[in-house]
Amino acid sequence: MNATPSLHLWLIPLLPFIGFLLNGLLGRRLPNALVTTIALLFTAAPLALVTSIALRFGTLTTPYLERLPFPWITTSTFRADFAFLLDPLTLVMLLIVTGVGFLIHIYSVGYMAHEEGYWRYFAYLNLFMFFMLTLVLAENFLLMFVGWEGVGLASYLLIGFYYQRDSAVEAGKKAFILNRIGDFGFLLAMFLMVAHFGSLSYDTVFAAITHHPDLQGGFLTAIALLLVLGATGKSAQIPLYVWLPDAMEGPTPVSALIHAATMVTAGVYMITRSHVLFDRSPFALGVVAIIGAATALFAATVGMVQTDIKRVLAYSTISQLGYMFLACGAAAYSAAIFHLVTHAFFKALLFLAAGSVIHALSGQQDMRAMGGLRKTIPITFWTMSAGVFAISGLPPFSGFFSKDAILYQAFLSPTAGPLLWFVGLVTAGLTAFYMFRLWYLTFFGASRTPDAHPHESSWSMLVPLILLAVLALAGGWIGIPQALGGGDQFAHFLEPVINPTPSYEQVRITLDEQGVRRAAEISNPEPARRVGIESQERVFSVMSVVMALIGWFFADLLYRRKPGMADQLVEHLRGGYALLVNKYWIDQVYNALIVTPLLVFSRYLLWGAVDRGVINGGAGLAAGGVRGLGALVQRVQSGNIRSYAGWLAIGAGALLLITYFGFSMHL
Amino acid sequence: MVVPIAYYLVLSAILFSIGVGAFLIKRNIITVFMSIELMLNAVNLTFVAFAYQWHRVQGQIFVFFVMVVAAAEAAVGLAIIIAIFRSRSTLNVDQVNLMKL
Repeated sequence: MNATPSLHLWLIPLLPFIGFLLNGLLGRRLPNALVTTIALLFTAAPLALVTSIALRFGTLTTPYLERLPFPWITTSTFRADFAFLLDPLTLVMLLIVTGVGFLIHIYSVGYMAHEEGYWRYFAYLNLFMFFMLTLVLAENFLLMFVGWEGVGLASYLLIGFYYQRDSAVEAGKKAFILNRIGDFGFLLAMFLMVAHFGSLSYDTVFAAITHHPDLQGGFLTAIALLLVLGATGKSAQIPLYVWLPDAMEGPTPVSALIHAATMVTAGVYMITRSHVLFDRSPFALGVVAIIGAATALFAATVGMVQTDIKRVLAYSTISQLGYMFLACGAAAYSAAIFHLVTHAFFKALLFLAAGSVIHALSGQQDMRAMGGLRKTIPITFWTMSAGVFAISGLPPFSGFFSKDAILYQAFLSPTAGPLLWFVGLVTAGLTAFYMFRLWYLTFFGASRTPDAHPHESSWSMLVPLILLAVLALAGGWIGIPQALGGGDQFAHFLEPVINPTPSYEQVRITLDEQGVRRAAEISNPEPARRVGIESQERVFSVMSVVMALIGWFFADLLYRRKPGMADQLVEHLRGGYALLVNKYWIDQVYNALIVTPLLVFSRYLLWGAVDRGVINGGAGLAAGGVRGLGALVQRVQSGNIRSYAGWLAIGAGALLLITYFGFSMHL
Repeated sequence: MVVPIAYYLVLSAILFSIGVGAFLIKRNIITVFMSIELMLNAVNLTFVAFAYQWHRVQGQIFVFFVMVVAAAEAAVGLAIIIAIFRSRSTLNVDQVNLMKL
């Protein structure tokens, strides 16, 4: 199909899988050093492969498709292959997953050194890499779904890594179940695609859509909304976000890799990947944008009052994912992926640095018990500062560029653009506030636990921190917008994937009937990358920086200059504070509205009536009937010879009668 | 005068039924034994009657076979009965419900 020599893309996911098999099957008996070697080797190998591909990416013809020689599923009407796709979007995701993944593997070596089940941890981590790479490399929705489910499994296993702790087990279950709800949507979307396009291959489905410019809304909206449901589950958006804060029960590197940098961004990746579909459904895009904006604001407000350092970061992750959804909803996919990349850098960095802090304080996660760590763990402090500045969106850190791109694109979005932009802007201020709050509480002031003896972490933890800090600083420079003197290279790089779909123009030309035409004009947002006015864009940049500085100012005021003021404020705003501390009582509402009724329904109707009544009862009835019959027939075998003789005589007589009458009847 | 075959058959049936009835009702092993002989002889009578009716010799020969088997059976059966009576001091068939003596 093209002249490019085979890139052996299939090796990329397979290598970590081999690592998983080796460590998972034999790890228990291997020394830790060997487990480490296996795990790192089978993560470094795909990184090397991806890097080599990335280096000669310019010479390749993309999209490059690789099909394994044997089919996966073939029926008379449906076919699915083990097919892998390489295009700029895949390459970006591959670099993130293997690069950040490898760094976090290195970090884990130090962080997990003294843990029980060291081998188990690395086996799961390699398994996660396998599924995540499958997810991003897949060329059809079915294979993507395999990865999608697999990362959910790996996430479940790693959240419940400390399985002796009840809370960890519960958190794992919660994550898995909520993800299943989302997966259900994904599955239904796939069924609809098979029903309408007869295929799940990206190529076939998207080609079918592009070749029919009159396809608009309708079942495409249904598919898109179901995909959004899947994405909200995986990417922790309203209404399925509640699992992510609890997922912090897992080891910190896991939070960094799975619950910040890679897995939770799968939803954003999926929407971007199927943007052809979303572009035809303005309603679905609107839903995505609203979900994103609402989640971003909501999670940021909750993040302001959390005291557990990891939970602050968890809510911040939800909030940042909300930004990405907002960008997707504004059809600014390259901005979403750009933020995904920078977020992967700075959020992984923040989590790893938080892990380093926790490590230094021997497991302490409560920020109220920290403080004054700036001097004792300086490298962690400096690297974490890079992350804090990046996420707050201060130039020239990476978060500034990506967040700016999203906010500006949101403003240009035709459906409620200024409102979405304003929500995003407020969220940016809140983000700066809670991140600097974390920064001040952790590193400044006097230590609040004088008996602790903080110590800097080992080099295997510090090296990934430093590398990620560099990336968090400079990672955004790949996409400096033209308004700020850059070339916007990142968006241009992704252009072939997120090409301006011809839908809008074609729809206008093709549909000449007045009514349909008007409908198309009204409902269809311009899906092409919108080009704004550069001076306007600059003003917006300044505004978001000012907003971040305001957030910083308040954090500085409340947590450094006047430490008592925060408590006074809590006193004054008791109601609002309670609302935030209890996370808007969403968990309780879900419990009351969904979990409890389901439990009651299951326990009394399903278990009590159906299981015990119908199924148990039915089985009991059948067994009882057979037993009764046995008891009856048992009497025949009495041991009395004369009774046997009697039965014999009766039988002989009966045979005689049957033969006689039987024959007479036939004759 | 020729006796019709039906007469023989009816007599044979009556004898056989008496044998079956006695076998089921009687408790004494010897009586049970005798009722078996009665059934065998009822069958013999049928054989002879048919042999005479159809002028075939096979029926007669079968009767001899039956009589030989009956004699052997009588010898073995009586020996068993004597053995049972010696060990159990009873000939009630209802109490002989174990294979071992």
